Amino acid sequence: MTQASMTTSAAQAMIAMERVEKWYGAFQALHDINLSVRAGEKIVLCGPSGSGKSTLIRCINHLEAYQKGEIRVGGTVLGHESKTIDAVRREVGMVFQQFNLFPHLTILENCTLAPIRSLGLSKAEAQGRARKLLERVKIAEQAEKYPAQLSGGQQQRVAIARALCMQPKVMLFDEPTSALDPEMVKEVLDTMITLAEEGMTMICVTHEMGFARQVADRVIFMASGAIVEEAPPAEFFTNPRHERTRKFLGEILGRH
Amino acid sequence: MGPDEYLFLLAGLKWTVALSAIGFFFGGIAGLLVALARTSELRVVERITAGYIGVFQGTPLLMQLFVVYYGLALIGLKLDAWVAVSIGLTLHASAYLGEIWRGAIEAVPKGQTEAAKALSLNYTSRMRDVVLPQAFRISLPATIGFLVQLIKGTSLAAIVGFTELTRAGNMISNQIFQPLLVFGIVGALYFIMCCPLTLYGAHLERKFAKSAR
Repeated sequence: MTQASMTTSAAQAMIAMERVEKWYGAFQALHDINLSVRAGEKIVLCGPSGSGKSTLIRCINHLEAYQKGEIRVGGTVLGHESKTIDAVRREVGMVFQQFNLFPHLTILENCTLAPIRSLGLSKAEAQGRARKLLERVKIAEQAEKYPAQLSGGQQQRVAIARALCMQPKVMLFDEPTSALDPEMVKEVLDTMITLAEEGMTMICVTHEMGFARQVADRVIFMASGAIVEEAPPAEFFTNPRHERTRKFLGEILGRH
Repeated sequence: MGPDEYLFLLAGLKWTVALSAIGFFFGGIAGLLVALARTSELRVVERITAGYIGVFQGTPLLMQLFVVYYGLALIGLKLDAWVAVSIGLTLHASAYLGEIWRGAIEAVPKGQTEAAKALSLNYTSRMRDVVLPQAFRISLPATIGFLVQLIKGTSLAAIVGFTELTRAGNMISNQIFQPLLVFGIVGALYFIMCCPLTLYGAHLERKFAKSAR
C-alpha cells in the first residue's frame, strides 16, 4: 500500500455503519445501527445475550446480510454481490467463539490456506508469514500439529494468527474467550492486548470488562438490537447513563 | 465343474468388477455434482436435484436398467447391453452417493464455512479445501456401504442379457444341472468381494466414533 492511500484511509472512518437494519423473517435483529470506527480505534461491544452484538459484527464481513442502510469498510461500500463482499473480507479478520480452526489441516496449513488461495501468495511466502505470526502468538513450535492436539487457548491464539496472516486492517472478535476454560482466558486476552497496542483496529464482542477498561477507546452497550449507550470506558463503568446499562453492569460485575 | 466352467465364471466376475467400478467412478463424479447442487442454497437447483434423487431412490434398480436398455432402444437409441447397464448404474449411484454426500456436507459444522468465508475464500476453495475433505471423512462408512450394494446390484444386469457373474453362473448351471454348487460358488465370489469392504466400513466407523469423542 502506498503512503498516500494510507493517509486517506486513515483520515476517513475505517468502518462506517449508517442506519443499518436487519431482520430474521419478521424478527428485527438490528435497529438503526450507526457506528463509525476510526483506524486504530478499539471498540468493545457488550450487552445481554440476544442483544444483537454478534449479529452486528457479522454484518461487517457479510456473514449476515443486512437489509437496510449502508456499511462501508475502508471506503468500500459493502454490497450484496460477491465482488465487494470478497474485497471487504480480505480487509477484515474475524475470530470466533468456537475457534473454527480447520481440523483436517495442520496449524501451519490453517494459517497459509487463505493467503495462498485468496491473496495469491506462494507457498513459501505464506509459510514465512505464518511462522512469523505464530511466533508472535507464542505458538511457533506447534506449527506441524493438528488443532485437536492443542488446548483451547492455544487454538484461539492460532485462530488469531490465522486471521492476521491475511494482513487485515480490522479485526473482529466474537466472544473470543467465552468457550475457554478460565485458566486459558488470560493468554488469549494478552494476545489481543498486544495486538491492540500495535495499533490494530478492533471490534470485540466480549464480557471481559477488565479487557474493556484496559484496551477500549469506546465501550458500546447494546440491548434488543439497538445501541443504547456508548462512552469511553472510564465514563462507561463509573457513570453509565441508562438504566439498562446500569442493570447489565450490576449483573456482570457482580459475578466477578 | 471343470476348469472351463471356472474360467467362464471368472470372466463373469471380471465384468461384475468392471461394472461396479464404472458405476462407482462415474456415479461418484455425478454424485458429487448432485451433492453440490443439493447444498447450493439455490432453491430451484435444490428442488430439481431433490426430485432426481427421489426418482432413483423411489424406484427399483431393475426398473431403471429396463428403462435405459429398452426405453432408449424404443426411441431409436440402440445401446450395447454393457453401455446401457453402465449408464443405468451410474445414474443410480449418482442419486444415492449424492444423497449420502449431501448429508455429509451438511454434517460439517457451519463454523467451518463461516471461518472460510471470513478468510475470503471463494466457493471453490471453501468446498475443495475446507468442507469436502471433512465431509468425505464423515461419509466414508456410508459410501463403502453403498459400494457393497452397488456390487450386488450389478447382478441385475443379468436380466437384460449381460453376462456378468450371476448370468455366467446361470448359464453354467443350465449346462451341468448343479445349481446348488454353481450358485454356491457364485455367492462365495460375491461374498469375497463384499465382506472385506463391509468390515473395513465398520472399522472406519468405529475409528471415527472414537476420534469424535
